[in-house]
Amino acid sequence: MILLLLQLFWTFFLIGLFGFGGGYAMLSMIQGEVVGHYHWMTMGQFTDIVAVSQSTPGPIGINSATYVGYTALVNAGYSPAWGIMGSFLATFAVVLPSFILMLLISKFLLKYRNHPSVENVFSGLRPAVVGLLLAAALLLMNRENFSSLSENPWRFCLSIFLFLFAFIGQKVYRLGPILIILLCGFAGIILGL
Amino acid sequence: MFELLKTFFQIGLFTIGGGYAMIPLIERKVVDEKRWVSEQELLDLIAVAQSCPGIFAVNLSIFIGLKQRGKTGALVSAIGTCLPSFLCILAIALVFQQFRENVYVEHFFHGIRPAVVALIALPVFRMAKSAKINRYNIWIPLVAAFLIWMLGVSPIFVVLAAGVSGYVYGKYLKDDFVNS
Repeated sequence: MILLLLQLFWTFFLIGLFGFGGGYAMLSMIQGEVVGHYHWMTMGQFTDIVAVSQSTPGPIGINSATYVGYTALVNAGYSPAWGIMGSFLATFAVVLPSFILMLLISKFLLKYRNHPSVENVFSGLRPAVVGLLLAAALLLMNRENFSSLSENPWRFCLSIFLFLFAFIGQKVYRLGPILIILLCGFAGIILGL
Repeated sequence: MFELLKTFFQIGLFTIGGGYAMIPLIERKVVDEKRWVSEQELLDLIAVAQSCPGIFAVNLSIFIGLKQRGKTGALVSAIGTCLPSFLCILAIALVFQQFRENVYVEHFFHGIRPAVVALIALPVFRMAKSAKINRYNIWIPLVAAFLIWMLGVSPIFVVLAAGVSGYVYGKYLKDDFVNS
């Protein structure tokens, strides 16, 4: 238990410290550590957490840290009360680096943000963050989220359809993410996905 | 001090769908109503908060709290921004725990999952545009994605390596190429 809490803290501290590029890039990091490295939850559970994080108030980074902290403890067999402890720890850890950095270097940053060295670092970071997002999307396209042709052809085909619907709905028709999530959720209930 | 907590609690509560959706609300509350920072200062702060690691909205609130009331102000503002998320998510997590086995909840989430993948896939294109991806640097996101997707490399490591490579390339290699 202590080990799990420490790992949780350390993981989210690192994610807070190196989480460049916004909420979605952070999701990719959380996915990498929490699902890929520590196996605290399955890819399907992580996807559900992303769905809830996107459709509830607050920054996605905070929402997902809170939810992942809870789920990691509960999945490991501890009570919901310990789950709350886990979510507090994860949230605290992901914010802590921001806090330290801001206190130490906010003045420095205001002055040097156009310095060539900072520009150089970001010329490498920005394209890499695009790759992070791409990897996150590819990793999410798995059997747990879409099922498969052999396992459940009905669910697989409908999943592909809902994926295209969500993609086109947002890209072409500019539907909001919450509306898309709700529509697809209710489609899932009606069609017995 | 209570004003800081209340304002950032409201900002956290009424923004759904990520940090950048918060900017108009932050602008109205912090610049127009409270006059804690000027329009120009806010723009500078946004630029810095974007280039800092961590959660954009939290970075911004820490900045403004720090400027307004020092370290305690920064702490209070950060708590204000995080608290709505924390409470909402915990409420959902605790309720969801009870209904996880429910067949309708299961169908609902089965329907949602492909949509979430699409919602994650879309920003790839948007960010590719804003990161100015072209045929000369497109190998960077492709290699990064391949390392993470196929070889299971940690995204944290990829970000670190990309930052260091960008620095080294810009400082030591770029000029040589231009000169030669």
